[in-house]
Amino acid sequence: MNTAEETQILDAIGKWLERDVRPKARELEKKDEYPEQMVEQMKAFGLFGATIPQEYGGLGLSSATYAKIVAQISEVWMSLTGIFNSHLIMAAAVARYGTRAQKEKFLPRFASGEVRGGLALTEPDCGTDLQAIRTRAVKQGGHYVVNGTKTWISNGIKGSCFALLVKTDPEAKPRHKGMTMFLAEKGPGFRVSKKLEKLGYKGIDSAELIFEDFRIPAENLVGGEEGKGFHHAIGGLELGRINVAARGVGVANAALKDAVAYSQVRKTFGKPICEHQAIQLKLGEMATRCEAARLLVENAARAYDAGERCDMEAGMAKYFASEAALENSIEAVRIHGGYGYSTEFNVERYYRDAPLMCIGEGTNEMQRIIIARQLIARNPA
Amino acid sequence: MKALVAVKRVIDYNVKVRVKADGTGVETANVKMSMNPFDEIAVEEAVRLKEAGVVTEIVAVSAGVQACQETLRTALAIGADRAILVETDAELQPLAVAKLLKALCEKESPQLVILGKQAIDDDANQTGQMLAALLGWPQATFASKVKVEDGKATVTREVDGGLETIALKLPAVVTTDLRLNEPRYVTLPNIMKAKKKSLENLKPDALGVDVKPRLATLKVVEPPKRKAGVKVPDAKALVEKLRNEAKVI
Ligand SMILES: Cc1cc2nc3c(=O)[nH]c(=O)nc-3n(C[C@H](O)[C@H](O)[C@H](O)COP(=O)(O)OP(=O)(O)OC[C@H]3O[C@@H](n4cnc5c(N)ncnc54)[C@H](O)[C@@H]3O)c2cc1C
Repeated sequence: MNTAEETQILDAIGKWLERDVRPKARELEKKDEYPEQMVEQMKAFGLFGATIPQEYGGLGLSSATYAKIVAQISEVWMSLTGIFNSHLIMAAAVARYGTRAQKEKFLPRFASGEVRGGLALTEPDCGTDLQAIRTRAVKQGGHYVVNGTKTWISNGIKGSCFALLVKTDPEAKPRHKGMTMFLAEKGPGFRVSKKLEKLGYKGIDSAELIFEDFRIPAENLVGGEEGKGFHHAIGGLELGRINVAARGVGVANAALKDAVAYSQVRKTFGKPICEHQAIQLKLGEMATRCEAARLLVENAARAYDAGERCDMEAGMAKYFASEAALENSIEAVRIHGGYGYSTEFNVERYYRDAPLMCIGEGTNEMQRIIIARQLIARNPA
Repeated sequence: MKALVAVKRVIDYNVKVRVKADGTGVETANVKMSMNPFDEIAVEEAVRLKEAGVVTEIVAVSAGVQACQETLRTALAIGADRAILVETDAELQPLAVAKLLKALCEKESPQLVILGKQAIDDDANQTGQMLAALLGWPQATFASKVKVEDGKATVTREVDGGLETIALKLPAVVTTDLRLNEPRYVTLPNIMKAKKKSLENLKPDALGVDVKPRLATLKVVEPPKRKAGVKVPDAKALVEKLRNEAKVI
């Protein structure tokens, strides 16, 4: 991918965002309404196949280009990126670890958006401590029978296929050796128990999923071998973190842009507030955070695309960019004064959306722990 | 039937254009460039005619610096079949472009040439008309509706008084107005496919055209700043000002 092509892609998406997303985002978000029409447009754009290899009908974009797309869309409405983000992590697990037959069966349908879904890892009792999951799959002939509950699953209602992490051997030591990943397509025994209401990240469905004697054909076991599920789940996290970091960049930028615009038109004491030093200090910090976050994401994506180990880089990008989004959004609210607290403006949405990026895809507490561990590992005394 | 569509690379319509300090032109360094919006409408119309089974091949052409290739790639991504760039670093004026297009028409023999009615940079609104004159072909400018059937085009034009519908024998030149269509989005899969389409590179010399400017730009200046308006308390005061200050009633 050369830069001219990347520019062409970002231009095309930019046009769509201005013409069809920006004018409608606030209303859909207020009603927490699933953006059906935008999803159809994202399908046509090829976004559901953005990082899927070209030989399976995807676009095969680098994570660097993909991160720019995610940041650009998040700058207008962050929720939209959730609809294809975890979907693409599921696809990446198939592309990386799946058997040839699994790739042929699933990837082209994922790429077209005909089949959409996400990741089903988290359970009511555990998120960070993934190895503590209790959803169980027991082999019976050519099938596995699954029982358990998953929660907070993005695209849980509108999606139809999920990368489902289960225990096939709950007694295994270490625990991860008993974990296995399946591609679970909705059917009898797999139901949505509820839609989860949330602070922000509206429009996209987050759901609790219940599995009761749900039968999955053994051919849907990712890679065909039990006990590798934890490895498969962790393998997608670097890309996942780059994604979330890119969303942070988008929201941080949106907050900055709104603040820069508003501070020039709002006047107090006879001058635009951008001429008051207190506001200038905020703008200066906000802009610097945006730039630093963007560079961290670019750096992590470059390492990822080069096939280098990048858990530390992706962790830094995710941690810093999500905090940048949160800090910039509250600063934008302050700069807007009372209007910042009003639902007539977008800044309160950024402030409700930003915390998700600090929690999802590995909490920021965990990111700092990962960074520190890598620091020690890479710099032995 | 072959259609030739001309596209120009211009400063993006969202960019706030700045005049160069020395008054020789406008700032183009590090400025976002895009396809002239009227040309996008032209490409879209050609693609629709192809989808309707009227046109069989669409050739997108552009004249200018090497970076015009990007504009042509966009045309290919919208649906043009192949592209030709007449590459030159020279400043191109409408007459030179019309001559280049004429040479390309002689080479390609299209039945229909579609251009934007004007480019949003110099707003000249001349190239289509000059091309028709040079070729001796009929022209329909400011098209808001185009129908092609049985070797003739029926075009509805946006004229001052309203709409005018005319019939033209093919081959003909059509220039597009804003309401002709709404161009589709360029999708990512089509951007990837466009990479594989042919893009031919020619020099003006190869077409035997002298592109030397005929017009000299004396000076480029910013439009005068508008003075702030005044608020009047009521209609009476407004009438009073219109009569005595503006002297328009
Ligand atoms: C809107 C939304 C969408 C989501 N989408 C998905 C999805 O699509 N698929 C999916 O599988 N999951 C999804 N999640 C779940 C998300 O990944 C988890 O919420 C997240 O990993 C945290 O897990 P938890 O909620 O169980 O928190 P816990 O693990 O209970 O953590 C609670 C607190 O303890 C801290 N903590 C935990 N362990 C340690 C430790 N060892 N050292 C220091 N601090 C620690 C955490 O940082 C946190 O502050 C989503 C969540 C949300 C809110």
